[in-house]
Amino acid sequence: MKRLLAELRENIRMALSALAANKLRSALTLLGVMVGVFSIILVMTAVRAMKNNIEREMGALGSRTFAVTRFPVVNFEGPHGSMRYYRRKELNIQQGQQFQKIADFAPVVGLHSPFGSFTVSSRFAETPPNVPVEGATPGVFQTNNWTMVEGRPLLTADVESARDVCVISIELAKTLFPLGSPVGQRVKIEAINYTITGVLERVGSSEAKALAVIPITTGLNRFGRRRDIGILVQAADVATLGDTMEQARGVLRTIRKVAPGEPDDFEMLTSDSLIKQFNDVTFAVRIGLAVVSSISLLAAGVGIMNIMLVSVTERTREIGVRRAIGAKKRSIMSQFIIEAVVLCEIGGLAGVILGFAGANAVAVYLLKVPPAFPADWAIFGVAICSVVGVIFGSYPAYKAANLDPIESLRYD
Amino acid sequence: MSLIRLDSICRRYEMGGETVHALRGVSISIERGEYVAIMGPSGSGKSTLMNIIGCLDTPSSGSYELNGNTVADMDDNDLADIRNREIGFVFQTFNLLSRSTALRNVELPLIYAGVDIDERREIALAALADVGLADRVEHRPNEMSGGQRQRVAVARALVNKPSLLLADEPTGNLDSKTGEEILALFKALHAKGNTLIVVTHEEEVARHARRIIRIRDGLVASDEVVT
Ligand SMILES: Nc1ncnc2c1ncn2[C@@H]1O[C@H](COP(=O)(O)OP(=O)(O)OP(=O)(O)O)[C@@H](O)[C@H]1O
Ligand SMILES: [Mg+2]
Repeated sequence: MKRLLAELRENIRMALSALAANKLRSALTLLGVMVGVFSIILVMTAVRAMKNNIEREMGALGSRTFAVTRFPVVNFEGPHGSMRYYRRKELNIQQGQQFQKIADFAPVVGLHSPFGSFTVSSRFAETPPNVPVEGATPGVFQTNNWTMVEGRPLLTADVESARDVCVISIELAKTLFPLGSPVGQRVKIEAINYTITGVLERVGSSEAKALAVIPITTGLNRFGRRRDIGILVQAADVATLGDTMEQARGVLRTIRKVAPGEPDDFEMLTSDSLIKQFNDVTFAVRIGLAVVSSISLLAAGVGIMNIMLVSVTERTREIGVRRAIGAKKRSIMSQFIIEAVVLCEIGGLAGVILGFAGANAVAVYLLKVPPAFPADWAIFGVAICSVVGVIFGSYPAYKAANLDPIESLRYD
Repeated sequence: MSLIRLDSICRRYEMGGETVHALRGVSISIERGEYVAIMGPSGSGKSTLMNIIGCLDTPSSGSYELNGNTVADMDDNDLADIRNREIGFVFQTFNLLSRSTALRNVELPLIYAGVDIDERREIALAALADVGLADRVEHRPNEMSGGQRQRVAVARALVNKPSLLLADEPTGNLDSKTGEEILALFKALHAKGNTLIVVTHEEEVARHARRIIRIRDGLVASDEVVT
């Protein structure tokens, strides 16, 4: 085992110096692999970033909860679709409150609106300006599965009187109040002081992140009233989710004065339906990607095989020398296979890095979703490079290993 | 039992319908611990014979026993091991890796012997120091003189402490002083009980050996003990 590792290390060292001796040629050869891996990583990272975003926004919702929003979370219809969505009238707090009043068939209704990310500071500490501040009604605590670790959640009275109170997530509490209890303490957000009523923990959410929750009314006063809100509705159980959604649809159409026969001018989403919808839409993309990247990797592999064959011919004498001083066929074989693999791996790693960079640039600046670094795809990309290297390096390596030592020594 | 037993070894080369007879029936026995010089005019088959003794080439006919084992029966891996551990070969044309430093070149047999990296470096540096190249270890062959290259080739042949050293014109490119040093090195190896076979044109070099075999036209012309 130790022996094998030492041999591997030696082979990698030899491969690197052989590749370095022909830098331009090596670079041109690995370009093909790089492009193949780059395209895989680019698309899969972008898809993953979008999917993560959906899961982040919807994932906290249990299977018996649905959300009502003005716009879809992900727009699948391109610019044509977004024009249609932007013509929709806004979904404001008045409509939300009206819905809440009418919808007595739904056990829990919550209204919420994100106000953006800000710096939150306490007497002890200050965060970077990246803490999401969310406006909510008491119902949101239930629909989102927020459990109180300490103190109390927001109350109806907090919302009605638009109090300057807030509930912070346990992660934020740890940052801002490293020692004592935060309940009753004050935090400052955008120059306004809020009294902390409690600390929440997000159950079932994959991400541990800072969050500050203020009454939705307080937030609308502070950050501007002209903004859309989301309505979260929890049905009694999964079995009645469909019925509850239909009833809610009727109520909302009435509130928003949608004429009979017209399509809804709002979106109703469950986390399951959304993820399914997303997977359906991206399926074609993923299939296309698989085809394109397979072809480009195949082409890259043939290029590698070609260059390795040239390299074997050029280095016939070197092979003869190595054989003459005791290299076994196996050693020559592994030397050249590893050289091909190292070549592919350099291309592959470059592809992974560029793919991550490109996809996340698109994700962050164009799609406005947090970046993603799908390790599984990175590993897949690197692994597929090794496979390409082994497959297309084998024949040249076999040729090298089976050269006659004495004839190779005479070659020039 | 002899270390080397060649029995009517022939080596033919087919050259586009024409057959070149490099060796036409060479029978020699060499005992363990002997110091043998092989002499003969250019083209007489000395290098061909050395390649066969060094398990690099196989005879067209005849049998070769090394250490009691028939070489024709051994597989490629066994031969590679023998070349690596038992035989040190100084080639007439050096056969160094042109892109690698002297140190890397000398380390090479140790790599295939599986010696670990630190030990390898130490042994290789010592071998280079033995041939007077301690200050040239990081030079590549094309940055060295012919004599220096030859000494790198000698260091590489000796680095695995082979019991059989084959040297094809090891002093051909050396001035008389470095030549003497190499010969002194050989003498010390011989004194330690190693077997040496040296091809040379120079009577003076041959006189260092204990036995001189003269080859002419692929045949043993004479085989005498140096007195
Ligand atoms: N690969 C080969 N193909 C054809 N003929 C060969 C080959 N190798 C050697 N010969 C021939 O075999 C004969 C012996 O060659 P060899 O290299 O053994 O000579 P040598 O005694 O070592 O000569 P020198 O003293 O010049 O090194 C020569 O006539 C040569 O032309
Ligand atoms: Mg010769």
